[in-house]
Amino acid sequence: MNTKTLAQALGQTKRRLQLVDCLWLALVLFALVFLSLNNRQFMEQSELVILIALVIALGCAGIAWTELRRLLLVVALLALTAHWLYDANLARAEERFLLRYLLASQSAIAWMSFLFVLATAAYFLALFTGSAFAGATGSGLTWAATGMGLTGLLTRWRESYLLSPDTGHIPISNLYEVFILFCVVTALIYLYYERAYRTRALGGFVLLIISAAVGFLLWYSLARGAHEIQPLVPALKSYWMKLHVPANFVGYGCFSIAAMLGVAHLFKGSAAKLGGNGALARLPERADLEDMMYKAIALGFAFFTIATILGALWAAEAWGGYWSWDPKETWALIVWLNYAAWLHLRMSRGWRGSLMAVWAVAGLFVTLFAFLGVNMFLSGLHSYGEL
Amino acid sequence: MPATSSPRFAARRFFRFISSMDLAIALLMALALASVIGTVLKQNEPYQNYIVKFGPFWHGVFERMGLYDVYSSPWFLFILAFLIASTSVCLCRNAPRILAAMRQYQEDMEEWRLISLPNHSRCQTALPPDEAADAVAACFRRLGFRTRSKRQASKVTVAAMKGAGNRLGYLFTHLAVVIICLGGLMDSNAPLKLRHLRGELQAETRSIPISEIPERSKLPVDNPSFRANVLIPEGRAASAAFVNMKDGYLVQPLPFAIRLKDFRVEHYANGQPKSFESDLIIRAGAETLERTIAVNHPLRYRDYAIYQASFGDGGSKLRFKLHDLTAPAPRANEQAAAVDQTLTLRRAGETRQLEIVEFRKHNIFENDDPALRKKFRDYGPSVTFKLRHPDGRAREYLNYMHPVSLEGREFLLSGMRSAPGEEFEYLHLPADDDGSPARFLRFLALLNDEQTLRRIYADNQEALVSAEAGDGGRPRQELSAVALRLIRLFRDGGFPTLRETMEASGPDAATAETLSNASMKILWFGLQQAFLALPENQGAAGELSEQALRFLQDSIVALAALPEYGSPYYLQLTDFEHVEATGLQITRSPGVKWVYGGFAMLIPGVFLLLYMPRLRLWAVAKPREGGSELLMAGVRVRHARDFQRYFAQVSDTIRRLLS
Repeated sequence: MNTKTLAQALGQTKRRLQLVDCLWLALVLFALVFLSLNNRQFMEQSELVILIALVIALGCAGIAWTELRRLLLVVALLALTAHWLYDANLARAEERFLLRYLLASQSAIAWMSFLFVLATAAYFLALFTGSAFAGATGSGLTWAATGMGLTGLLTRWRESYLLSPDTGHIPISNLYEVFILFCVVTALIYLYYERAYRTRALGGFVLLIISAAVGFLLWYSLARGAHEIQPLVPALKSYWMKLHVPANFVGYGCFSIAAMLGVAHLFKGSAAKLGGNGALARLPERADLEDMMYKAIALGFAFFTIATILGALWAAEAWGGYWSWDPKETWALIVWLNYAAWLHLRMSRGWRGSLMAVWAVAGLFVTLFAFLGVNMFLSGLHSYGEL
Repeated sequence: MPATSSPRFAARRFFRFISSMDLAIALLMALALASVIGTVLKQNEPYQNYIVKFGPFWHGVFERMGLYDVYSSPWFLFILAFLIASTSVCLCRNAPRILAAMRQYQEDMEEWRLISLPNHSRCQTALPPDEAADAVAACFRRLGFRTRSKRQASKVTVAAMKGAGNRLGYLFTHLAVVIICLGGLMDSNAPLKLRHLRGELQAETRSIPISEIPERSKLPVDNPSFRANVLIPEGRAASAAFVNMKDGYLVQPLPFAIRLKDFRVEHYANGQPKSFESDLIIRAGAETLERTIAVNHPLRYRDYAIYQASFGDGGSKLRFKLHDLTAPAPRANEQAAAVDQTLTLRRAGETRQLEIVEFRKHNIFENDDPALRKKFRDYGPSVTFKLRHPDGRAREYLNYMHPVSLEGREFLLSGMRSAPGEEFEYLHLPADDDGSPARFLRFLALLNDEQTLRRIYADNQEALVSAEAGDGGRPRQELSAVALRLIRLFRDGGFPTLRETMEASGPDAATAETLSNASMKILWFGLQQAFLALPENQGAAGELSEQALRFLQDSIVALAALPEYGSPYYLQLTDFEHVEATGLQITRSPGVKWVYGGFAMLIPGVFLLLYMPRLRLWAVAKPREGGSELLMAGVRVRHARDFQRYFAQVSDTIRRLLS
């Protein structure tokens, strides 16, 4: 009997690599070689290792998720265009039309902000009217916003070097920059779930939190001039930053999504009492939402664990000990303990339902305090993101 | 036998309680809540700060509750120990079962139990049971399962499982948590606290040389775990470091000496520090090691780690002139002092303490002078000092060594504030071309010299009279007295005092106004005459040149600010020898290997636990007429919804293949 057909029928075999996949891998590999040769003098050995790991990860992710691949290609194209237009002169940001209105980091980030807000509206329109077109528009706008955000970050990275070679650094070093990272990462994780669960009904909920982040970003930039590129303090000059910060933000993004799924869950739960409202009926079933919530928290927990461990390893090199009970560290632990408890209840006790949804929402506030509150109200070693 | 009374039963019940999930979750949450305290209340601050903040009563309460060092307080450690115990017992109870289950195929599953599973299906096939079972087993293996078949006369059972590593995830994560906590405990200062509690150690609160510190404030050289700090000035060496303890410190002797050869701070263009580096020489017996450390690049020496933690002043040597601002002739006192040193100044029966607080070689700020085409600008060296009255009150001053150019003129800046939190207010002394305050100080001295002034005014009666042209009737003698009096008022209290005096002396507002205007004119001319009396200020025709006029105006602004300045001295920094000091943190942490081992176990553990699906499938083939009947069933721990879909697909496909 033919077992191959069985495996195929179950969709178990890995997708055969097609020509485009091979082209993608070749392109990514070329980018790796080109970047590492071209920027040799700026990179430590460890940073080269990080770059290789990133390229492998992007290569695989691009094959598994073709939309991501398309996004990365567009972003690369935009960033390279910006790079070319700058022509190693920061003053071009004002002179060249494309830079000034689209590609300079500030413009790109403004576009990202605008598109995210627009996407939120589109998703909610889709939820309330049931229009598939509005849903698709929301999805498209989210992709576009993510693309602009990534372009903005990449261009900002370049701009920091144009400002002065010794100022150059990866733009994930202060609160302003990581908020952009948060928006982008959260949107990408959401888009992945949107595809996996084939529903756009939750887009509005998740994008709501991204829009809130965008609101903060605008306030922070307009009222505090936070968008100005600042050189790195000595403690941040380390390759650990490139690992620790993104890992953390995958965690934060997942926890935020879980919380918004919790909100959707609670709305759905009240649907029975309110009567079958159209919008509520369009939300996935509660059991599905619980499942998604679990997956988001599980992914977030895994990455948050990695991030905290990386943070400890970094602290051991920068602060003289892997653990100092610094407020940021301690709050990271609190977040970790909180979700550890959630996962225990869910996995070992099989708890479901509204209580777990409420807990996921409460978890967001704990996370938010660890992410923002500590910087606002408490002082300590980890004062880079001070408000 | 009544089981409840048996001690063994009690022990078992205790173990069941301690390893229960409820307790574990309660402990997780308790630990989280307890941790919050330490972040809200700043830890390990000097006790003085707490007393100021909470008052003596609450300070006492908080201190006894260990809130100033929550993370090594007995109750916090108790929660932690309880969590470790709970997790360990849980692990011990479950590990054997889990390890056994990983190898159990459960090929003895009864049919009725399979039917009771939510996911099961039946189908018919033309194949005999043996062949059908083999075919199904092959399918299962193709899907990545491990299988085992059991052939009985009446049936053939295929048991398959996949993702047993998921169970290892449970073991890894929980074991990792225990190991990390134990490692952390090895590195904590809990043993230190215990010895302190028993009175074997006593924190030293005085700042005295190491040689005078009593033994009971010293830790043993072979102390296996500590985190200590030391500040080493350039060219000096240290063979001990300090551990903060309660309201004092303990001495941690080191088996080696660290000498600081050089310390460097590099700056960005905006003055922000870019890097801190120390060139160290480590000497232990005959062995020497030269290394440079920097932030993020510590030195690991034997099982010690040496970090660049901070920096400071190592007692920079300063030379300065103390200009007396009240003497009738320019008088300066040359002095030398190092940072952190205190000098006693005596003059006219009163003494003041001069405390040198800080020396800075560079002061880089945003440039506000458009003439210089730079975004940032270095204002050069500065010294911060306090001038303390015998009654304890002190004002703080910040003096720059070099003049600063403002609108094309040069000024020596001296900031003053009367409380630490305030902003500095700056006195602008007009500087000579060579950057010294001599010209201004000569003018000031002349204003302090009433005899000479009186003579100058007597010689220049004509000018004085014309200055007061509006009021010609006054006797000339009186006018020079008025000028002298006005100068004195101005020197003592600046413009506000002058104005108040005038307002008080006039019978009504209008008269006071006239009087005030007239006085201003007299004062101005009085100052001008005095200024012109100094040879360096006289122009070709004995007139004020434009440059001199501006200098005079700037001098008057400075004079008006002097009463507020509140110091009878102006400190002019003349020379310095910058001595930097590096702040090192020296640690020894035997637990680090354990903790990192725990980390290495935790990450794969978490992924195995969360992402390795653990599935079991069964198939029972029974002979039937014209072939066999096949029962298939399966379970997946968690993710029931995903599994439902998966199982339906698998069973459908197998049914199609076999029929």
